[in-house]
Amino acid sequence: MNVNQSVPPVPSFGQPQPVYPGYHQSSYGGQSGSTAPTIPYGAYNGPVPGYQQTLPQGMSRAPPSSGAPPASTAQAPCGQAAYGQFGQGDVQNGPSSTVQMQRLPGSQPFGSPLAPVGNQPAVLQPYGPPPTSAQVTAQLSGMQISGAVAPAPPSSGLGYGPPTSLASASGSFPNSGLYGSYPQGQAPPLSQAQGHPGIQTSQRSAPSQASGFTPPASGGPRLPSMTGPLLPGQSFGGPSVSQPNHVSSPPPQALPPGTQMTGPLGPLPPMHSLQQPGYQPQQNGSFGPARGPQPNYGSPYPAAPTFGSQSGPQPLPPKRLDPDAIPSPIQVIEDDRNNRGTEPFVTGVRGQVPPLVTTNFLVKDQGNASPRYIRCTSYNIPCTSDMAKQAQVPLAAVIKPLASLPPEEASPYVVDHGESGPLRCNRCKAYMCPFMQFIEGGRRFQCCFCSCINDVPPQYFQHLDHTGKRVDAYDRPELSLGSYEFLATVDYCKNNKFPSPPAFIFMIDVSYNAIRTGLVRLLCEELKSLLDFLPREGGAEESAIRVGFVTYNKVLHFYNVKSSLAQPQMMVVSDVADMFVPLLDGFLVNVNESRAVITSLLDQIPEMFADTRETETVFVPVIQAGMEALKAAECAGKLFLFHTSLPIAEAPGKLKNRDDRKLINTDKEKTLFQPQTGAYQTLAKECVAQGCCVDLFLFPNQYVDVATLSVVPQLTGGSVYKYACFQVENDQERFLSDLRRDVQKVVGFDAVMRVRTSTGIRAVDFFGAFYMSNTTDVELAGLDGDKTVTVEFKHDDRLNEESGALLQCALLYTSCAGQRRLRIHNLALNCCTQLADLYRNCETDTLINYMAKFAYRGVLNSPVKAVRDTLITQCAQILACYRKNCASPSSAGQLILPECMKLLPVYLNCVLKSDVLQPGAEITTDDRAYVRQLVTSMDVAETNVFFYPRLLPLTKSPIESTTEPPAVRASEERLSNGDMYLLENGLNLFLWVGASVQQGVVQSLFSVSSFSQITSGLSVLPVLDNPLSKKVRGLIDSLRAQRSRYMKLIVVKQEDKLEMLFKHFLVEDKSLSGGASYVDFLCHMHKEIRQLLS
Amino acid sequence: MATYLEFIQQNEERDGVRFSWNVWPSSRLEATRMVVPLACLLTPLKERPDLPPVQYEPVLCSRPTCKAVLNPLCQVDYRAKLWACNFCFQRNQFPPAYGGISEVNQPAELMPQFSTIEYMIQRGAQSPLIFLYVVDTCLEEDDLQALKESLQMSLSLLPPDALVGLITFGRMVQVHELSCEGISKSYVFRGTKDLTAKQIQDMLGLTKPAMPMQQARPVQPQEHPFASTRFLQPVHKIDMNLTDLLGELQRDPWPVTQGKRPLRSTGVALSIAVGLLEGTFPNTGARIMLFTGGPPTQGPGMVVGDELKIPIRSWHDIEKDNARFMKKATKHYEMLANRTAANGHCIDIYACALDQTGLLEMKCCANLTGGYMVMGDSFNTSLFKQTFQRIFTKDFNGDFRMAFGATLDVKTSRELKIAGAIGPCVSLNVKGPCVSENELGVGGTSQWKICGLDPTSTFGIYFEVVNQHNAPIPQGGRGAIQFVTHYQHSSTQRRIRVTTIARNWADVQSQLRHIEAAFDQEAAAVLMARLGVFRAESEEGPDVLRWLDRQLIRLCQKFGQYNKEDPTSFRLSDSFSLYPQFMFHLRRSPFLQVFNNSPDESSYYRHHFARQDLTQSLIMIQPILYSYSFHGPPEPVLLDSSSILADRILLMDTFFQIVIYLGETIAQWCKAGYQDMPEYENFKHLLQAPLDDAQEILQARFPMPRYINTEHGGSQARFLLSKVNPSQTHNNLYAWGQETGAPILTDDVSLQVFMDHLKKLAVSSAC
Repeated sequence: MNVNQSVPPVPSFGQPQPVYPGYHQSSYGGQSGSTAPTIPYGAYNGPVPGYQQTLPQGMSRAPPSSGAPPASTAQAPCGQAAYGQFGQGDVQNGPSSTVQMQRLPGSQPFGSPLAPVGNQPAVLQPYGPPPTSAQVTAQLSGMQISGAVAPAPPSSGLGYGPPTSLASASGSFPNSGLYGSYPQGQAPPLSQAQGHPGIQTSQRSAPSQASGFTPPASGGPRLPSMTGPLLPGQSFGGPSVSQPNHVSSPPPQALPPGTQMTGPLGPLPPMHSLQQPGYQPQQNGSFGPARGPQPNYGSPYPAAPTFGSQSGPQPLPPKRLDPDAIPSPIQVIEDDRNNRGTEPFVTGVRGQVPPLVTTNFLVKDQGNASPRYIRCTSYNIPCTSDMAKQAQVPLAAVIKPLASLPPEEASPYVVDHGESGPLRCNRCKAYMCPFMQFIEGGRRFQCCFCSCINDVPPQYFQHLDHTGKRVDAYDRPELSLGSYEFLATVDYCKNNKFPSPPAFIFMIDVSYNAIRTGLVRLLCEELKSLLDFLPREGGAEESAIRVGFVTYNKVLHFYNVKSSLAQPQMMVVSDVADMFVPLLDGFLVNVNESRAVITSLLDQIPEMFADTRETETVFVPVIQAGMEALKAAECAGKLFLFHTSLPIAEAPGKLKNRDDRKLINTDKEKTLFQPQTGAYQTLAKECVAQGCCVDLFLFPNQYVDVATLSVVPQLTGGSVYKYACFQVENDQERFLSDLRRDVQKVVGFDAVMRVRTSTGIRAVDFFGAFYMSNTTDVELAGLDGDKTVTVEFKHDDRLNEESGALLQCALLYTSCAGQRRLRIHNLALNCCTQLADLYRNCETDTLINYMAKFAYRGVLNSPVKAVRDTLITQCAQILACYRKNCASPSSAGQLILPECMKLLPVYLNCVLKSDVLQPGAEITTDDRAYVRQLVTSMDVAETNVFFYPRLLPLTKSPIESTTEPPAVRASEERLSNGDMYLLENGLNLFLWVGASVQQGVVQSLFSVSSFSQITSGLSVLPVLDNPLSKKVRGLIDSLRAQRSRYMKLIVVKQEDKLEMLFKHFLVEDKSLSGGASYVDFLCHMHKEIRQLLS
Repeated sequence: MATYLEFIQQNEERDGVRFSWNVWPSSRLEATRMVVPLACLLTPLKERPDLPPVQYEPVLCSRPTCKAVLNPLCQVDYRAKLWACNFCFQRNQFPPAYGGISEVNQPAELMPQFSTIEYMIQRGAQSPLIFLYVVDTCLEEDDLQALKESLQMSLSLLPPDALVGLITFGRMVQVHELSCEGISKSYVFRGTKDLTAKQIQDMLGLTKPAMPMQQARPVQPQEHPFASTRFLQPVHKIDMNLTDLLGELQRDPWPVTQGKRPLRSTGVALSIAVGLLEGTFPNTGARIMLFTGGPPTQGPGMVVGDELKIPIRSWHDIEKDNARFMKKATKHYEMLANRTAANGHCIDIYACALDQTGLLEMKCCANLTGGYMVMGDSFNTSLFKQTFQRIFTKDFNGDFRMAFGATLDVKTSRELKIAGAIGPCVSLNVKGPCVSENELGVGGTSQWKICGLDPTSTFGIYFEVVNQHNAPIPQGGRGAIQFVTHYQHSSTQRRIRVTTIARNWADVQSQLRHIEAAFDQEAAAVLMARLGVFRAESEEGPDVLRWLDRQLIRLCQKFGQYNKEDPTSFRLSDSFSLYPQFMFHLRRSPFLQVFNNSPDESSYYRHHFARQDLTQSLIMIQPILYSYSFHGPPEPVLLDSSSILADRILLMDTFFQIVIYLGETIAQWCKAGYQDMPEYENFKHLLQAPLDDAQEILQARFPMPRYINTEHGGSQARFLLSKVNPSQTHNNLYAWGQETGAPILTDDVSLQVFMDHLKKLAVSSAC
């Protein structure tokens, strides 16, 4: 738990602090110092220096504080006890006692899985190995809590005792939140359980206890394990616990650098705990106490008092894990939002962990690239490869070079170095950046990447000030900012010629299927207006982009739309075996000049093919034609391909239907993801060479072999959109919306990206939609603001703690006005010699992004099962390494998670359960291939919500509130049949309606009188003039606005057939296809870790 | 009997036939000693306003190997209703329809004046004529504009129900679909890729799609029969459309960088045109009309690369074997030509450019299919415009003067065999008893296919006398030849024209005088010239000349009267007197001399030489020169430098050129403007006279000759100077002591020198 803190970001702390002051300072002050040392905590929290500090204090303080508050005291003991218990192993988080309690009563769902706990043997079932399970649970419980605590065990134990309890409660126990919920729902104060891990069991119990304990629970959260246990006793009293975990994070802030994590944690917990009492209910919403906790709690609870309560969590004998007790993504997200969403993220300091992607924050560029451009799995990387190997934490950066920025943030400045071109290091060719060191009075500079000493050209000379900085440093973006652009000289252009403005070519399938569904008509109609919105640069009045049109079925039809013609002319090319472009002049035209002809063409296309009977299509020749057209026009550009069916006509790239579900789970499964023939790769290569990016819109009625068709878009930096069984009435809005966005979005062409690093590490692997002809240059025929490239780094030498590690990502591209530019992003990272530092500065979301991409690429070459195992093993190794090297000694039965990674298991489980890695019966091969390629270029925010969907209750919050309702965890248990929920994952959007929703609500939203009259599968909400309808529709709109693709709404009724589909996205539950529930998986993970440790 | 001259003329007018010998030597051995082979010039469709076609079908000899048509030479047994074939002597029953036949009630084909008769066949579906325009778009703007106008104009000249199609080419080849409204639609092909007919048809969607499987619905049937109609539409339906389409034709839009030729895919365009017709209308009369403004520069059939710095092949290159694309290109076009011929279509080539356009390589397309070949400097000249217009002229019946898909079948009586034919035709490879083993021209067959012909198309047909010396033919015996021409009339009817001729046999020993007197030296000159030109296509120039010389010498030896070794005693009879002179001019003609002519020009000249009738051919061999002066009415004068006088106006007709040449004095008068002075109106008339005469020639001739108006000292005077016999040159300027005429600066021998040598050689016993 504590660990989590890392994240907890400063900001939040800031706030909380005020409150704490009293507590912390006094008590902690001293301790903190000491605590800091108390390794354990430190370690945990560790992540962010800043935070860490706080934490320590927290910790240290905590104790005292805890002491102070009655609860705390109670906890303290508990805490210890807890540990003790945990240590013993079995004990899960605190919950134990409580848990039991709860369970019994609650026997309810949750418990069952985990059940294993000794106490309730019966329950245990979950994981195969009963014994383990037991342990696990125990551990878990311990873990969670401990998570935070873990490190410090002994000391902490003591220290914590009190604090922990608090802490624990808070931290881990995000549960608190849960509890909260319980309270509402039921009594369950236990919140603590959540704390994490094992805890679950506890959670349940919590409820039961809740009644009694509610308060305590809160306490529990934090230090999960420790406290937990204790709590029970107290806790329950102390319910507030839930916070603990969260708390942990806050502390960090409070504390100064010195102590890292732990310290802080301590303190925080208190906070929460304090708060909890009062709040619990509220918090409920936010189950996942984990990170987030603080924020929530923080604010609400400000008052430290709660501590006591915390204890709750740990308490009980671990039977099953209480779902509320295990780390909750929701809580973590909420906490981060509250803590870090308010103040701008200033990039001046090296190695800062940015706020979560789910948090809204502003960025001030003071020398490092904004996290919108680059996010790293860790902001503190090991100095040596040995360490890196030991930790197994992948070092990767997720780069989105052309990310779009919120209006408040300025886009990168364009720097013009004149004819000589951008200033670069002579040896490694790195571009001038803020980290370059000027020496000898400014006459030379030393390259920060390769240490080469270069002369400063006379025209660039400037004097240095007393600090060795150039006097003009702040006048020059390349000397003061993390991201900026250079104007490229002709040397950076193909054939040493400045590029011509790019072109868009629309290539429309006009075979029978496309005509029948009305697609062609719809599309042509839309294009007429859409052409006015082609991307343009800056304030340009009209877009420089030229357009061209092609239709095709078995043959291709090109159109001459030269402005001087009265009528467009069609040119049919039927030599598909040897494609070429039949015309040059008049094919690519300026929209405004040829508007009349284009309009006439678009009017006529649907008519001309209205009677077509041609059902066969070609594919490769179409792209080839587009590519050739661009080649002939000597420009880069983008093809928009609208395609309906498997290309079975005789032509290069002809495909056959090879969909075979029997291959699933066999060694041959990988072939389903591989292209059928090499023709597609070859073609893609040619496209890349020409700067021809391909966006593919698919409208299949049946198998179209997305795996093969998407090869070209994939390798050229394009996008694939798929609208299965397209019908104009139902899918029009979605398609048009995607199309509009796709056409309008800013895009760069003919790009080459290169990532340079300081000596010691280097980029070794790349994931995303692009092509590489050598090992270093990422070639992108096209690159838009949604595309992400994930880069993995490996050591090839030692790094230096002092100088840190630098990344420079340089992207050479042609802007949509045809200007050749270089966009540079710089990022400085810290280096560490202590593993704890690494774990304290990790970013789980980014890690998951990397791991998902890694795994999704893996399925091309290895059996899916092997890929899954690799993921699990790697995750286990990461966590085991932490446990071994960073956590304070504790019983093996405890599951201890680094604060920063406490969500790793749940997220990883989501990845493992995803359609690609574990297909359900209803998932088609095409869908899997589609998702696979989508994920490949997703950024962190997208993978985050894609793997762990957002579930938003609609009627919980007051109707007047304009903010998004707090999310709930993606589990069926969280659904109340009296409520409605929106679920979205970036691709899908569901509105789930509980069976017993109030009639009034039904009426005001659906305009029907009862639940039974709601049409299942409805995709549009009626426009009604009442607050609820407005609010819901507004919410849906705002959700859509956040995503790069339009999400079609599907209304799902409880107990309806469609619900199966919906449940697929409740990722914390067991899935029909065999995916483990969160709790089960956590136990399993714990088992794996234990095996590694032993 | 009238003179042989009259006989010859009468035969020509009636039958369109001119024989080199009108009395035939009766033995093989003697025939070979005659030097000039027994041969004839046949104009199968010679216009016969007085010959209405009969509305029934011909009666054929029942012997399968014969199938000769009943003709006036057959012996008829009116009572038994039998007739004996005069070629194979098979006795045949008359068909029932001839039941009423009797001495006084003869069918036309038995009347002697119907030695040539035309039958109209009612059977068979009539399909409309087809005109497929294949248009080069790599032209200069005004050239293209002129061409477009010509094409648009031609639409109004076509028969309304004719099908018309359009293919344009440049770097790409576009086949325009004519049926659609709104958007104009075309199929585009890469200009560098040779496609098989099957591929072309597939790509144009002409093959019956394998759709029935998916759509066995009854909807379709109507569509398929005329899938091809998308590309070939009746003129009356789409002339507006097509006019617009032609109007919108743009120049080939692909940029041509400096120092390059535009990329022109003539080879592929033709191939597609051929494939298109092959797939849709095989064995139906169709014209592919290729309009090109430059050499093919890419793809199969390319003649020269696109680098301007490498000039197109010249005769020099060809002799040095330095024309790298020639063989391949020729092969490509030959393959196309043969396919086209097999389908019964013909290819016209209209090439207008200042430089060569690859006619050398493409000539076979026109030569083998009976298409036209027109060469000009630009489409924007009256030469092209009027020539093109003249293709669509109509005859006295209002029918187009063109016929399609003809086969010429020749039958001979036993003493003769067929050695071959020279003209715009291809062999059908029909072997038979009357086919000789010795080939002259296109031989080895008794039937030829002529895909396109007009009333002037003339073929040289060569025979061999096979009667053995020891099997004399009875006195008064006659040899017979029957020409049967099946063709598609421009009214789309199938017709058969049958010409049956007979000539007397004569024993050379006893009747040499007869044979001599019946020698047609004009026909002989043209027939020998055709042989010479035919050889020149495949042999080295000097070899052909040597061969011609030897033949001439042998002829003179055979028929001249002289004392051995005494050149001055040499005399030729009237019927041979002009022959050496024809040969002299033939040797100098562009048909055999490539000097000063590009390969394209040579091909062009030879093309026309091989299809024009006797009169025109003679003009080509020996141009006609008229002289206009105040001394009297215009008169033909010797084609000699001595005819070039200062106070004369000369009008020369070489067939390809009409030259009006003003003598020195006339030119000065002209400059002085006397023609504008009322008192010198007679001068004005004098100036006008040749113009009017030239105009007359221009009106009648196809293709339009190049019209040259020049004067003494004018650069264009070279056309005249190069043709006249150089009796005065810089070498002998004063030797002759004449004051008249103009010296020609040349080293060529003059006719006088030529004759002197000829006489010497003829009388010498050495050879």
